[in-house]
Amino acid sequence: MKEGTAISLNGRIVEVPKGATVAAALLQHGAGSRVSISGEARQPLCGMGICFECRASVNGRAHQLTCQLVCEPGMVVVTE
Amino acid sequence: MSGVYDCLVIGAGPGGLAAAATAAEAGLQVGLEDDNPAAGGQIWRRGNAAVSVSHSAEQWMERIRSAKVDVLCGWRATDAGTDALGTPFIRVEGLGGFRDLRYRKLILATGARELFLPFPGWTLPGIYGAGGLQAFAKSGFDVRGMRVVLAGTGPLLMAVTAHLHEAGAKIVAVVEQAPLSRLMSLGMHLAPSAPGKLMEGLRYRLRTMGTKYYFGHWVSEARGDGKLERLTITNGSESFAVEADLLGVGYHLVPNTELAQLLGCGLENGFVRVEETQETSCTSIYCIGEATGIGGVDKAQVEGRIAGFSAAGRIEKARSLFAARDKQLRFVERLAAAFALREELRGLAQENTLVCRCEDVPHGALRECHSWREAKLHTRCGMGPCQGRICGPATQFLYGWHAPAPRPPVFPASVGTIAAVDEAGVHHE
Repeated sequence: MKEGTAISLNGRIVEVPKGATVAAALLQHGAGSRVSISGEARQPLCGMGICFECRASVNGRAHQLTCQLVCEPGMVVVTE
Repeated sequence: MSGVYDCLVIGAGPGGLAAAATAAEAGLQVGLEDDNPAAGGQIWRRGNAAVSVSHSAEQWMERIRSAKVDVLCGWRATDAGTDALGTPFIRVEGLGGFRDLRYRKLILATGARELFLPFPGWTLPGIYGAGGLQAFAKSGFDVRGMRVVLAGTGPLLMAVTAHLHEAGAKIVAVVEQAPLSRLMSLGMHLAPSAPGKLMEGLRYRLRTMGTKYYFGHWVSEARGDGKLERLTITNGSESFAVEADLLGVGYHLVPNTELAQLLGCGLENGFVRVEETQETSCTSIYCIGEATGIGGVDKAQVEGRIAGFSAAGRIEKARSLFAARDKQLRFVERLAAAFALREELRGLAQENTLVCRCEDVPHGALRECHSWREAKLHTRCGMGPCQGRICGPATQFLYGWHAPAPRPPVFPASVGTIAAVDEAGVHHE
């Protein structure tokens, strides 16, 4: 892998390509983003900040749109 | 910035970049806002260093820089109002809080989103928008070796297919609901009037030789244990199953008109209505690109240039581009006709198929309702954080409902952003 960025995803350190969005990191590592109100595991859908399926907790801030957030070194991402 | 922009552009896709550069080069002080981390919009998505950027995108970015456009990426427009002195502003929210961007002229380049039609299993992980999957692949998701199906309708499918193929995905099938005859007819029209578009399509097709294309087919069901494993593809009379890791599915595009509607701009057939100068029904507010009609990157750029010149008062300059723009507008109609949705797609959703993904409202509960309003009251359909952006267009197709004009904030905003509305004495049109 070329130059990468290490983030914490649900307590695990994972490496993603530099410039990757948090949503791409979730997909890469098989993580769901949220659990729907009837209990379905969901992943990002639209990739453009519209559907809100990609929301997750980033650096302690809940409900962030991960498809519009670029991974920063040491970022802490927690999904439902 | 505490001042007032001569011209504020909302949306930094191809149209917004062209508008901002044109207006700034004509001498205006220009602000360019976008909710994504980098300019370029969906089609010229950047951000990942590994992704090469189109030549036109780089040229516009260079002009944006040399004309000293104030670029604000990572800010989402949530509201609009007027300050105590009567100057209009757009309120934007970012990680650091909110800002009010005051302006004299406003150019809306808010683009479009994909139309998603519900079918059994469509909420499974592994299923994304077609453009969505491309966006993820461009922003760091490694699709090498993954079995991918692309489905739905529209010229985007072919572009996404070519891109994912080059990124190393194994394209299992491309499933286009439009019959081949209609696409051939589109091709015949494009050959003399827009050979570039036809050649682009052929280039994509050649680059993905060996890929199985199914015209007049659609995905009717997805199955899998916790994630996508198998898809059913049908043409209405015959069906077959394919195994896949990823499905990118989108039924062409719907315009993002929410901010324009909030500002009071009139619509026509669901798109923002504009004069030949790109001015909307509201004075000094212009609209360009997909929000005025789905026509792609060339239309967006020429409209952006027209709006930039118009906002700067260079009407003759704007007028010199009308013919080029009108040629693009003819393409809009041909595109809509070629990729018109087939009736059978209305029958895909079953009783328990979710239509509203935010509030998990199934088709069975919605088809009892007679209107969007009734559905909202009885089922909470459209009341989640996407504010009906995903299910609204689906219910329009499925049930013929029309969603009323949006109310502020047009995107969920933090309490601080909303509470500040009252302190500033924000006035809504």
